[in-house]
Amino acid sequence: MLQRLKTLRRYPSAIIGIAVLAMLVIVSIYAVIAIPYGEAIRLWRGGPGVWDDNPRNAAPVWFDWFTSDALPRTIIVSTADAGVKRVEPIGGGKNRVEITLPFTYNYDRFPNELILRSEAVSESSTRTRFSVFWRTPAGEMVPLATDRAMRATDSYYISQDLNVSSKLPAGAVRPEVGLFSDYAVSAPEKERTPVKGEYAVVIQTEIPEGADYNARLVVYGTVHGVAGTDHRRRDLTVALLWGAPLALVFGLVAAVGSSLITFVLSGIGTWYGGALDALFERLTEITMIIPFYPVLIMIGQFYNRSLWIMLGVTIALSIFGAAMKTYRAMFLQAKEAPYIEAARAYGAGNMRIVFRYLLPRIVPVLLPTFVTMVPSFVFLEASISVLGLGDPVLPTWGKIINDAQTNDALYKGMYYWVVEPAVLLMVTGFAFSMLGYALDRVFNPKLRTV
Amino acid sequence: MRANLLQLVRYSIVKAIMLGIALVIALYLTILIVNMGGRLDEVRKAEISFAVSQAVLADPGNAGVPPSELKKQIDARTEIEFRRLGLDKPFLIRSFNYLTTAMSLSLGRAEQLVSDSGSRLVRLIILERLPATLVLFGTANLLIFFTTLWAGLALSRHYGSWVDRLVVTLAPTSAAPGWFYGIFLILIFAAALGVLPWGGMVDAPPPTTTLGYAASVLRHMILPTLAMFLSAFFSSVYARRTFFLIYASEDYVDLAKAKGLPSRTIQNRYILRPTLPTIITSFLLMIIAMWMGAIILETVFNWPGLGRLYMQAVNINDTPTIVGVMVIYGYLLAISVFLLEFIYAIVDPRVRIGAGAKKGV
Repeated sequence: MLQRLKTLRRYPSAIIGIAVLAMLVIVSIYAVIAIPYGEAIRLWRGGPGVWDDNPRNAAPVWFDWFTSDALPRTIIVSTADAGVKRVEPIGGGKNRVEITLPFTYNYDRFPNELILRSEAVSESSTRTRFSVFWRTPAGEMVPLATDRAMRATDSYYISQDLNVSSKLPAGAVRPEVGLFSDYAVSAPEKERTPVKGEYAVVIQTEIPEGADYNARLVVYGTVHGVAGTDHRRRDLTVALLWGAPLALVFGLVAAVGSSLITFVLSGIGTWYGGALDALFERLTEITMIIPFYPVLIMIGQFYNRSLWIMLGVTIALSIFGAAMKTYRAMFLQAKEAPYIEAARAYGAGNMRIVFRYLLPRIVPVLLPTFVTMVPSFVFLEASISVLGLGDPVLPTWGKIINDAQTNDALYKGMYYWVVEPAVLLMVTGFAFSMLGYALDRVFNPKLRTV
Repeated sequence: MRANLLQLVRYSIVKAIMLGIALVIALYLTILIVNMGGRLDEVRKAEISFAVSQAVLADPGNAGVPPSELKKQIDARTEIEFRRLGLDKPFLIRSFNYLTTAMSLSLGRAEQLVSDSGSRLVRLIILERLPATLVLFGTANLLIFFTTLWAGLALSRHYGSWVDRLVVTLAPTSAAPGWFYGIFLILIFAAALGVLPWGGMVDAPPPTTTLGYAASVLRHMILPTLAMFLSAFFSSVYARRTFFLIYASEDYVDLAKAKGLPSRTIQNRYILRPTLPTIITSFLLMIIAMWMGAIILETVFNWPGLGRLYMQAVNINDTPTIVGVMVIYGYLLAISVFLLEFIYAIVDPRVRIGAGAKKGV
């Protein structure tokens, strides 16, 4: 057996397969250590405060390499770093605060979104008001909001402010496009390019003495991270990393679970024969008639969508699958072999014969089919997810594809969103499959010559 | 010969009865799952009483009616609605009613889904969708069957050529299912190049001429067919070719070659004929797998077939339609399995003798 495994070295496809699988295992171990299970679920659920500073639907940063344009990254300026805060008392127990948040914009495309987040620490119950100005590189001051009522934690979505749109240069519709383009030129949005230079957001307010006020401007880029982000600002790297261990575990456990149980049961059934064998045969027939995918979909819809429940159902439904018939035919042949008779003659017990003599004989045939079975289970999980019945909390590759599909990623040109998980799925599937085919040739003597 | 035939007939009848029983059990399990063992009824009852009370309260004719009167009215109408849907009987009785309607293929009435012609009959809804599935999967399967057979034969003759090595190298690509290639095909041909439609079965609005309609359907069929083809082609050709190579090394083929028979005769009579039953069985197994894969492929390509109907029904908990589609799948699977057994029995006499002699051993 080991001798035969060594001959695998002669098959380049087997070596590639093993190398890719080793890499996937390393990535999985890294993912599980770097982002623990609970943390992965928390990150993927998102919610306030988790992904606030990430742009929506941003492409990966390496998209830069394919265009001559510099694609905008996310710029964050706050009073804690580059921002300048000027406080001067104006009497009457009040302070005038002016915050300037300067930043340099050197990119060839418009940003994705503009949000000004501010936080006020104040004892007073009356709401203070603040005004926001936009300073262009030419030094012009464009008022964005005047006397805006301030909440304790305030998010001013500049990109969605209809008042801003009305002050924009002719032709620009979206505030983030208008604010970054030349005011003198009147051109439709598509023909505009951003003006590079020093911009700033200036915030003026009057707050009671003893109170504090801080602001933070986020200019969202159109590229972010190694993998990009999705419609909920989540960084796709989390799901791409965590998809690896989940896919491997699902594929391997389903394949081991179903093939091993099927293997042992069919060995026992064939050996004892009679009623047990007949029962297994009938169960196989019933399982073959139960439509597998539809049942899995029904269970996902009506009972539970947990990945682990799906795994259990998958194993349960494939125990008495078509493989049972193949194994049975092999065992029926092996049962008549002289060495089994010899074992019987020396008085070996039934179970001893089954586990020591009957089952090991078929293992060489089992191993390649087992390895080629793994990708079908990996893709099964993806299929269920693509139908929208994936695990609600776990980040899997199939779920990314599902998110992309439901948000029309391909239609909107966000190819990375579909291609990244799809390529990973493909690499995993092909690695197992290549190894399986090579194993098949090693262990199947009939194939070795051809 | 006659004894042989008798044996075959007896074997087939026994198998048919066994499969029939298996079908009944499988469908009953389906009905139990769909109704969540009867728990779905509670959900439906709550939905019905809510809808009825809303309708009664919104009725302008009931403006001055006292609340107690209204309650009576609501209860009475809910009761009628329960009786109409058979919800007043215990689930166990209804589950067997479901089973008989399912087995007899009358399939009953859908709760919410409506066919394009406006009918609520599940049978009509399914019949409306079935042709779409059959056209797509029939075309794809026939195409795959004949091309792989032809390519397998050709490669087994040119064993070791670069094409042969290429197919062997590409065989693992079949690990990915059809819908997966479908996504890539949509990306390339619909999103990036814009030459083929994204999905669906026919342009909107549909062409008025028959010829234009057929052309439009054909254009929409290219990508899904290609997706299925890509996912099945290389591994099938590899399997065929290997199989033919093994059979080509049999002694009787060598003998035929020694006799100087033309290679076409050798191929047709000595290689193809003995292997054909096995090829047909593997083809049937592939069809079974594709019936199931249809659900996802049709969802990805927005193809208005049985698979999409199933997903629509599942998403709105339309029990009769779900059971109806499952019944069709169940029957198709049972027939396919029966054909499998039948072909095995014809090819391999050991199978039918084994069935009769098992008890004697």
